[in-house]
Amino acid sequence: MPETVYLDHAATTPMLPAAIEAMTGHLSEVGNASSLHGSGRRARRLVEESRETIAQVLGARPGEVVFTSGGTESDNLALKGMLWARAAQDPRRTRILSTAVEHHAVLDPLDWLARRGHAEVELLPVDSVGRLDLDAFRESLERDPDSVALVSVMWANNEVGTVQPVDEVVQLASDYRVWVHTDAVQAVGAVPVDFATSGVDALTFTGHKLGGPYGVGALVVRREVEVSALLHGGGQERDIRSGTLNPPAIAGLAAAVEHAAKHQAEHAARVSALRDDLVARVLREVPDAHLHGDPVGRLPGNAHLGFPDCEGDSLLMLLDARGIECSTGSACSAGVPQPSHVLLAMGCDPDQARHSLRFSLGHTSTAADVDAVVAAIGPAVERARVAARRAQSPAQ
Amino acid sequence: MKVVAAMSGGVDSAVAAARAVDAGHEVTGVHLALSRNPASYRTGARGCCTIEDSNDARRAADVIGIPFYVWDLSERFHADVVTDFMDEYAAGRTPNPCLRCNERIKFAAVLDRALALGFDAVATGHYAQLRTGPDGLIELHRALDHAKDQSYVLGVLTQEQLAHSLFPLGDSRKPDVRAEAARRGLLVADKPDSHDICFVADGDNAGWLREKLAERSPNPDGGWGGRIVDDATGEVLGEHEGTFGFTIGQRKGLRIDRPAPDGKPRFVLDIEPVTGVVRVGARERLAVDRIEGDRARWCGTVPTRLEGTVQLRAHGGEHRAVVETDGDLVRIELLDHAEGIAPGQAAVIYDGSRVVGSATITATHRVSGTAGVAVAGVARVSS
Repeated sequence: MPETVYLDHAATTPMLPAAIEAMTGHLSEVGNASSLHGSGRRARRLVEESRETIAQVLGARPGEVVFTSGGTESDNLALKGMLWARAAQDPRRTRILSTAVEHHAVLDPLDWLARRGHAEVELLPVDSVGRLDLDAFRESLERDPDSVALVSVMWANNEVGTVQPVDEVVQLASDYRVWVHTDAVQAVGAVPVDFATSGVDALTFTGHKLGGPYGVGALVVRREVEVSALLHGGGQERDIRSGTLNPPAIAGLAAAVEHAAKHQAEHAARVSALRDDLVARVLREVPDAHLHGDPVGRLPGNAHLGFPDCEGDSLLMLLDARGIECSTGSACSAGVPQPSHVLLAMGCDPDQARHSLRFSLGHTSTAADVDAVVAAIGPAVERARVAARRAQSPAQ
Repeated sequence: MKVVAAMSGGVDSAVAAARAVDAGHEVTGVHLALSRNPASYRTGARGCCTIEDSNDARRAADVIGIPFYVWDLSERFHADVVTDFMDEYAAGRTPNPCLRCNERIKFAAVLDRALALGFDAVATGHYAQLRTGPDGLIELHRALDHAKDQSYVLGVLTQEQLAHSLFPLGDSRKPDVRAEAARRGLLVADKPDSHDICFVADGDNAGWLREKLAERSPNPDGGWGGRIVDDATGEVLGEHEGTFGFTIGQRKGLRIDRPAPDGKPRFVLDIEPVTGVVRVGARERLAVDRIEGDRARWCGTVPTRLEGTVQLRAHGGEHRAVVETDGDLVRIELLDHAEGIAPGQAAVIYDGSRVVGSATITATHRVSGTAGVAVAGVARVSS
């Protein structure tokens, strides 16, 4: 097997050495953080120190950090928990405004809420680079602001990397005292994120996207915001989220968040330079390829490229055979590629949406990785185009 | 060689892939997503058969130690196989979608894509054998295990397709393949065989067709109902809810309360989907001794006249026959008469164990001497 060129950091990124150290150092320790004895107190102390670290680097108060199992749980907790709490306070508030380019961890809970009659969901359009149409958002909000329970707009898009105008969204929403949630899973560590400064009421992030462990993340949520629980039990996390806490994973998460936040600027500068180099050289190899998403306001590691006349999954397979690992950005559980809802919302037709590959760079990416892609992409595209042409011609 | 192993998620294709690896090939497992359903799994619809099969295939690939991908061929499959199946039934013919799938999907769309992507061949779990003939051409032969032989559904493959195919199970018996799967640690070793048409989820072909073809119904009520008529007397014996429920040669489920005057059972002789008439009659009238077909496909050299055998359905027997060809057309004289033969079925022609080619049946002729001559009605002979 060729050496692996891992360019799928937006799917998951390797754990940082500091996080591995923090986590493994505690794996052999016993203690339920809810227990009252010495071992329990030690476990609890680790959790609370981790919480304080995370709060400090993300500009939140410790009590605002609610540990969860990761991004999907945090998004579900925010959307359902905040909607139910808000509607209980004020039964008129049943509308949720969001965007057409959210992750499925947001879209599917919204769809579920809408189907059950819990909420009327409005998915607002984006422009051709995937950025929320603020006029449409304002119109939708101001049409009947008192009926809006919640706004959910992702900080940055996981597929095409476009950073959303969260500041403007918060400004508009705050005029009507409407709560704002943001899925910042791709953003923390990649772009500056400060919870208090941002003005959002709730923010989702997860460990494994920023160099922490899998299966642990948090919903950062303002103390003043009421959230109905989804998981009932011991009430460990502010009674919003039950379940025995996982101190080693939480310690690993804190170490990763601390490292990622502190080194964000230099990380972004280094990775975006590699990314720009990759995009420029791939476009030289394949002149009719094109970059999707906002050319400026985008995640530093994201290179989402369209290759006309070939299918992304053919390209993915050909590159995979050479050890180059990337994504079509649209996998589903059956492994059957569906045209990406993000690209469709940006105005691509289904064929264009199938042409795409996402290379996402991260903290282990090197210039040699970029060289490997540049060397492989031309022949791979040529091959994939032959395959696509044959698929077009009628069968005999 | 670089080989794509088409992995359905069943035991046969898993063992075939493993054997291709053992033979020294560089194998990549590919599961074909053929259903347009998986997209609806999010809404809770039962598209999960496909997802389960896909997972079974993926786990088999893990155990074998080969890369694995899912190729989405659902659009091609729908256009070339499912729509064709509906069209054929609407025209009163009885197609075999598995042959069509092999012809258009597995050994066409998949093979084309594989070759374009740099592969040399496609391996499947079909029970059939490939040999190189004295003329250097690749020959397709019946499997060693005649009970499992699937050469019939491969009878549409051309020399070019056969030259890029591998059938690693052709010399094996099914119980041995299952035992081998267990030995190799493949979890699908005990998975039941699939028998039904893969895109008819519940196996109710007639119900599926009634639903899918409702809008094409010739009747104002959207149904395909009609009369059951005695072929000899023209007497109306009963009503039915759709011609799809019947196949030529069928005896059971006719629901005719009046016995025949001679007391003998009646059989479906003919189905006219446009008028909805199902003709029934005595068993003798089912016997066919001449067949015409078109859309001939030849595995190698095209014969002009051949004394061999033909097989007329997937698990049917062999009939000795004299076959004459004229371009795309084939005329078959059956020395052993056949029963229950319907237009749309494939006639696969053999020379001994070797598959010579195939044709799609367009007309059948009853054994002369029984009343009536050719049954080639308007609905039955169609281009």
